[in-house]
Amino acid sequence: MKSHVFRPLLVVIGLVVIVLIARFFYVPSDFGSHEKGYMYGWHRKGNEDEWKAFKVKYQFNNEYCKDCHSDKYETLARSPHAVINCENCHGPAMEHPSDPAKLKIDKSREQCLRCHYPLPYPTSGRANIRGVDPEKHNPGVECSMCHNPHKPNLRGMK
Amino acid sequence: MITRRDLLKKFVKTATGVMIPLAAFEIIDPKKLFADKPFKTDEAKVRWVFLVDTYKCVGCGLCVKACKTENEIPYDANVTRTWVERYVVTKNGNIYADTPKGARDGFTTNRIDLGMGKKQDIKKEDIKKAFFVPKLCNQCDNPSCVQVCPVGATYQAPDGVVLVDRKWCIGCGYCIMACPYGVRFFHPKYHVAEKCNFCYHRINKGMKTACVGACPFGARMIGNIKDPGDPVTKILMTERVGVLKEEYGTKPQVYYIGLDKEVR
Ligand code: HEC
Ligand code: HEC
Ligand code: HEC
Ligand code: HEC
Repeated sequence: MKSHVFRPLLVVIGLVVIVLIARFFYVPSDFGSHEKGYMYGWHRKGNEDEWKAFKVKYQFNNEYCKDCHSDKYETLARSPHAVINCENCHGPAMEHPSDPAKLKIDKSREQCLRCHYPLPYPTSGRANIRGVDPEKHNPGVECSMCHNPHKPNLRGMK
Repeated sequence: MITRRDLLKKFVKTATGVMIPLAAFEIIDPKKLFADKPFKTDEAKVRWVFLVDTYKCVGCGLCVKACKTENEIPYDANVTRTWVERYVVTKNGNIYADTPKGARDGFTTNRIDLGMGKKQDIKKEDIKKAFFVPKLCNQCDNPSCVQVCPVGATYQAPDGVVLVDRKWCIGCGYCIMACPYGVRFFHPKYHVAEKCNFCYHRINKGMKTACVGACPFGARMIGNIKDPGDPVTKILMTERVGVLKEEYGTKPQVYYIGLDKEVR
């Protein structure tokens, strides 16, 4: 049975076996078609938990700040800015207060102009927010110089 | 004349070339394929959906800022998982739309960014209507991005959210081209496909997504459509809502209140 066909065939079979073995070790055991079937659910199951374990940064819950910053909490809650979450102006606070200095205070004019730049768009919610022209309304200084961000009410300005 | 040695060499090369992809095949029972899909999907107790109320959006972009920070998308790179578009329709019928930096810093100018450094001034008197439309991944029921993935790196989780396996993605970019909504991009740091995943780490801990938490005006809501008591489900059942690019058949699961024909 010595034929010139068999020797290369053996080599080929050997290579296929190597590829299959390599694949066996490379592809994790939880890889396959899962709940969503072959078309949409073909994946490594463990990746779902990897995403679930991603680090949370924002609390987005003003109640959390209430205990330690009750003054700010109370004033803000009774102001036209009550809808704005503390962390929108102060950044993610999941790790606060273990490192208070890390929480930065965004005093930039841009932060206020997100909502207060005058855009004449009557068909959007923007129409209900009073705007100020940043080039004319006291340019060059932080808004919080004159307005209290936690209590922006014009009456009794700080 | 071809020598015996040459013939052998060529034969080995072609045969292995053919065999490698063959070796990757898995014999799948068609019965299993049929059994897999619809039944198990319907059993799921959670199906995340999103609701955007465009009337409430003021274009402040706090959602974009929060999303980028929460999900570690390099802040100054011009890519983002969610963004806000501004539409201005003039009285003479022109439609302008822009989203400078994805509206990360809101819209702090009246001029529309036409791209390529061109800006368009629009007079207040000429505006017929203008509004903002937040956009994010639609977590489609029939996600075209998943269908095209050659390696199984992007997939639909049991609760309907489409995720990307960063370890498995080879960065071919097919999914980025396949998404009709343009929500996918390459992560500047990891160089793999990246997209909104409804803050999967937050919603699985009972929190709202970062963009929902950041929005001061309640323009964004996330909910579980399998729960009849969920506020979002109630709105979807009783109010008139629309979706983007329905004609693509992807069955998007981000619903919009106040969608207009100009919105693409
Ligand atoms: C357990 C108590 C505690 C809680 C809860 C807490 N903080 Fe603080 N916070 C502190 C302390 C302590 C400081 C440091 C005070 C100082 O330096 O004068 C501080 C400082 C700050 C500062 C000033 C930082 C600076 O650079 O000066 C801000 C802004 C702030 N907190 C915001 C928040 C917000 C927003 C929340 C809610 C998400 C919050 N804090 C929740 C204790 C707390
Ligand atoms: C609209 C943006 C905005 C919101 C919302 C906001 N802050 Fe502030 N906050 C500021 C700014 C700006 C300053 C800096 C004030 C200054 O320079 O006088 C500041 C300062 C502070 C400080 C430290 C400085 C001080 O005056 O003692 C604390 C603490 C603080 N904020 C807590 C809070 C808490 C708690 C909330 C939520 C209940 C909150 N802030 C909501 C913008 C905001
Ligand atoms: C030098 C002090 C000062 C600074 C700085 C300042 N303002 Fe004012 N602002 C005022 C005073 C005084 C008023 C009330 C009188 C008026 O309408 O001009 C006012 C009024 C407003 C009003 C109400 C306008 C209306 O139509 O009733 C808004 C909104 C406002 N400011 C936002 C801002 C923002 C945003 C910034 C920063 C970009 C800012 N202000 C910076 C002093 C200041
Ligand atoms: C998320 C959007 C948002 C941001 C950011 C924001 N504001 Fe406001 N602001 C509002 C809304 C909404 C009102 C209430 C509607 C109105 O009075 O126009 C308001 C009202 C005001 C008023 C008028 C209050 C009154 O009683 O007349 C002032 C002044 C003001 N904001 C200043 C600021 C300053 C200063 C900043 C930056 C620290 C800021 N705002 C950031 C949304 C915002």
